[in-house]
Amino acid sequence: MTVTSLPLLSRIWLSWVTSFRILFDGHFASKIALLADADAQPESPQPVALPSETPQPRHEAASPNAALSLLSLLQREGRFIDFVQQELASFSDADIGAAARVVHEGCRRAIRGHARVVSVRNEAEGSSLTLERASEDVKLVGKVAGSAPFRGVLRHRGWRVEELTLPTVVGAHDPRLVAPAELELS
Amino acid sequence: MSAKFVVGIDLGTTHSALALAELSGADERVSVLEIEQLVAAGAVAKRSLLPSFLYFAHESEPALALPWDAERRVAVGEFARARGAEAPERVIASAKSWLSYGGIDRRAGNLPLGAPADIEKISPVEASFRFLDHLNEAFRAARPADGDLSEHEVVLTVPASFDAGARDLTVEAALAAGFEQVTLLEEPQAALYAWIEQNGEAWRSHLRAGDRVLVIDIGGGTTDFSLIDAVEQDGSLGLSRVAVGDHILLGGDNMDLALAHVVGQELAEQGKELDRFQLSALAHACRAAKEKLLSDASLDQVAVVLPSRGSQLLGGSIRGELRREQVERYLLEGFFPAVAASELPKTRPRAGLTQVGLPYASDAAITKHLAAFLARHAFADPAASAPDARPPSAILFNGGVLKAEILRTRVIDTLNAWLEQRGSAKARVLPGEDLDLAVARGAAYYGLVRHGRGLRIRGGTARAYYVGIESPMPALPGLDPPVFALCVAPFGMEEGTQAALPPQELFVVVGEPVTFRFFGSSTRRTDPAGSVLERWRPGELEELPQIELVLPPAGRAAGDVVAVQLQASVTAIGTLKLEAIAQAPIAPDERWQIELSVRLGSSGSA
Repeated sequence: MTVTSLPLLSRIWLSWVTSFRILFDGHFASKIALLADADAQPESPQPVALPSETPQPRHEAASPNAALSLLSLLQREGRFIDFVQQELASFSDADIGAAARVVHEGCRRAIRGHARVVSVRNEAEGSSLTLERASEDVKLVGKVAGSAPFRGVLRHRGWRVEELTLPTVVGAHDPRLVAPAELELS
Repeated sequence: MSAKFVVGIDLGTTHSALALAELSGADERVSVLEIEQLVAAGAVAKRSLLPSFLYFAHESEPALALPWDAERRVAVGEFARARGAEAPERVIASAKSWLSYGGIDRRAGNLPLGAPADIEKISPVEASFRFLDHLNEAFRAARPADGDLSEHEVVLTVPASFDAGARDLTVEAALAAGFEQVTLLEEPQAALYAWIEQNGEAWRSHLRAGDRVLVIDIGGGTTDFSLIDAVEQDGSLGLSRVAVGDHILLGGDNMDLALAHVVGQELAEQGKELDRFQLSALAHACRAAKEKLLSDASLDQVAVVLPSRGSQLLGGSIRGELRREQVERYLLEGFFPAVAASELPKTRPRAGLTQVGLPYASDAAITKHLAAFLARHAFADPAASAPDARPPSAILFNGGVLKAEILRTRVIDTLNAWLEQRGSAKARVLPGEDLDLAVARGAAYYGLVRHGRGLRIRGGTARAYYVGIESPMPALPGLDPPVFALCVAPFGMEEGTQAALPPQELFVVVGEPVTFRFFGSSTRRTDPAGSVLERWRPGELEELPQIELVLPPAGRAAGDVVAVQLQASVTAIGTLKLEAIAQAPIAPDERWQIELSVRLGSSGSA
């Protein structure tokens, strides 16, 4: 039997959805139990957490469902898709500004409600910084040469998502439907 | 079976929350359960608050699936609230206010009001049960090893101003949800317990014997006041709840609506007419704008943008603004005016013809309601009917509205002006945090307290209760026979106690519908059980929903008149129980229970 390995994001997604089915669906749970028995070295279930340090090289396609869930959230709370789908050219800055408020406020609420985003470096941007070791956290730009320690000016403090808990899709809902059409009855 | 957790549930008018503490744990830490709920069609997420809204799916919609039920047709929580703006006839909001409103049969299916024919309407009791049931399901899903909430001790909070009937109905909803070990707790007390829990032992240095704490709780839909005294008790500090206010249907939602009205008016003057959907979006936008203005003193105005309803966001959106001066005028002066202590809320006579609806407060000024509460319980002449009237020395705030510092400051300044005028010392503020979750946390902590793990607030029933007795007199045209009020339960009855009434000459008819008039008083604190009031001052006694029931004859002939003795007791749960005990029993221990929350139909058990 050839078993292809799922990308990590898909696995996170799968472990999240299956955990409920295992809990509430006895048949499904027994199938999972069989699978786990068949596997000589059963993989422990993936907790819902972001990947920490994974040294192996990887090449993953993002899971469409998690991404769709995020798009749906941003559209629902912040009209994100409406905004990027519309041509801006013919509108004044005042119109764009008004729309940007809606998008900004909603997307900010959505992101803050579901993710914890922290800055990578806490120093003020524009201040001098010495980096003892090269690290993925800090991208070197400018005259990139020589070896550590690296001295330079911090231009961008960077962002890291510490926690992410997206809404999960339940039931027969089509995850590609990020916003249904609306029909008002009267 | 011994419970592992005590679970505190804040069953709120606009939001519910659940906190828990381990009974056997070494520490007294309380944690808040993240409640899994439907947040959008087909999307489930965890939130610390569960919006108290209930939505009935239409046949055009797929099931409102939850991880534990794929077939559900009713949603509770964030999605239900969102649908409230889109399809309001299918949504129940403010179920808790209906639970305390005697104007409808609270066990009959009458919500949502004006629902389309395909919805099987439910009662306020059932709506409350649905919220509790959802909390139970979310608990099971989050902690599969810990079983069901029925296996744990549950402390359910109710407004201090809930009367005996509304408390009974709350317990009924809890029992329907299977919570067998349930206790009621007044919300302001829960807020004070949360404050104690948060401060640890240090709380004793913030309060001294002789302090009187005014708890001001302003939630989304209701406002509640209580006075709690710090007293010397066996050499250490104890707490005693001495007074509670009336049930005031006035809260943060009214404030957002008022601001939406102001901005909507301005938009209308510019020729921008808003439809129902946009008005509801405007209330949300105004809430966000208000919070920004209240939390950042450097802002003078905040743009309020109503996104177009179509997919073209640009061009179709309507832009207005909310200015600081408006927030100050309408929020501060409208809801928190700096009034004199003598200024009482205006009451509006009810129109002869009204629609079925909740008895919303007719005066929006919360400070006037506070003045009325304090006039009765703190500033009254001690020589008159209020023996322990004494001004408050400390304030504890609770409820989401009071997160805004400017509003807290206004309340403190107004109160302190009243105190100063009377020559009393200023009240100090007990620093609280987490005003949204304090009640649930405090309720869980109270669960620990019941196991001897901390200090208990004493208080007992918040009202004295009376039944109306018609005195026999010859019929006179145009004159109703005078009604006397017999005190059946004195103020401050503790849980698990009963009030023995002196012998009375009372008669009840069995097997036929009978009605009792029922009264409560939060000001008459010294009437002992059995005292009969022939007259009382206006406002002193509040008439509660009349009790209509049929007492089962159980061996007697229907229509028999039986001489009885009334007896009131407060159950361990914290509900009031009224019984009629036969003076000449034909069976051992012949008695009838008089159900206080009954309004229509019949009930009662031997």
